Amino acid sequence: MIASLTVVLLCQLIGEVIVQGLSLPLPGPVLGLLLLLIMLLARDRFVMMARGPFRDNSVENVSKGLLTHLSLLFVPAGVGVVQKLDLLAAHGIGIICILMVSVTVTLLATVLTFQIVSRFTSREDAR
Amino acid sequence: MKEDPFSLWVYLSQSPLLWLTITLLVYAITDAVSVATRRHPLGNPVLHAMWIIGLFLLLTGTSYTTYFAGAQFVHFLLGPATVALAVPLYENRKLVTAAIVPMLAALVAGSVTAVTSVVLLAEAAGLPLETILSLAPKSLTAGVAMGISETLHADPSVTAVAVILTGIMGAIIVTPLMNWTGIIDFRARGFAAGIAAHGIGTARAFQVDEIAGVFSSLGMGLNALVTSFLVPFAVTVLLK
Repeated sequence: MIASLTVVLLCQLIGEVIVQGLSLPLPGPVLGLLLLLIMLLARDRFVMMARGPFRDNSVENVSKGLLTHLSLLFVPAGVGVVQKLDLLAAHGIGIICILMVSVTVTLLATVLTFQIVSRFTSREDAR
Repeated sequence: MKEDPFSLWVYLSQSPLLWLTITLLVYAITDAVSVATRRHPLGNPVLHAMWIIGLFLLLTGTSYTTYFAGAQFVHFLLGPATVALAVPLYENRKLVTAAIVPMLAALVAGSVTAVTSVVLLAEAAGLPLETILSLAPKSLTAGVAMGISETLHADPSVTAVAVILTGIMGAIIVTPLMNWTGIIDFRARGFAAGIAAHGIGTARAFQVDEIAGVFSSLGMGLNALVTSFLVPFAVTVLLK
């Protein structure tokens, strides 16, 4: 378990180093996600990699453990927002409405595009 | 035993232990309520934990800095948890590669809508330029959004507030809105949650369905990449 947790932290660390070093517009952990994904795919291809944390679903189990309470991890940042609501209150309730409309429109635009293109492409496959 | 209960409070309120325990305790309760209400959108555990703890800090006159000394241990795990998203992604890789075309199309539509809608609405409402720029990256994860806000010389703390509010609102409305559209494809629903409401939307998506969670984390990651390039471009075009 310690080895698996180390693998996860190591991926994040390498991700942070690359992102900071090359000043990429992307969070270090997202690059870390890519690294871990590449390692998992490499493990399936090269038998010699299937050892230590990459054996018996060890890394998989630790990662799933981290994800079981993903919501909890946003609470500290969320509490910060409650304290800073006056920043937005200065501009009135209007901002809340703007964000609300924007998030609704964005959800709809994304889901509809996905759905339409998905139907179109699966019809192509069927042909 | 200390003579004065107040001195005990002073001692405890300065230690990370108290604030870490309160964070976990309040979340455990709000999550139990969320489960008991069968993950009702309005029972969102993040929403209720944040106002309850926020109110508690206000009533006890505790600064956010003091609170964060304890809560940072939870906050820190956001990074490793993001890396851990590789595992559900890996396990569902066949589904993901099969949906690459609709995903890319939805990514373009979603990221453009997210930025233009908020900029145009804010402009129409007559908000000052600095505020409009601070709101523009609100659909991204907080770290990236604040970085963009800084490069635009906007106010990163306004951005952070807008990001969290967007995430919470997105997480609350996504289920009823999607049910209203009648779309039952969890790939599409999840992807939209990640594009519009970043990590908080993704946490919600995982509560509803694993496939939705996988596509939501993809939406969040891809949107961070695209929008970082899109925002500086969009604000110059839209705000002339």
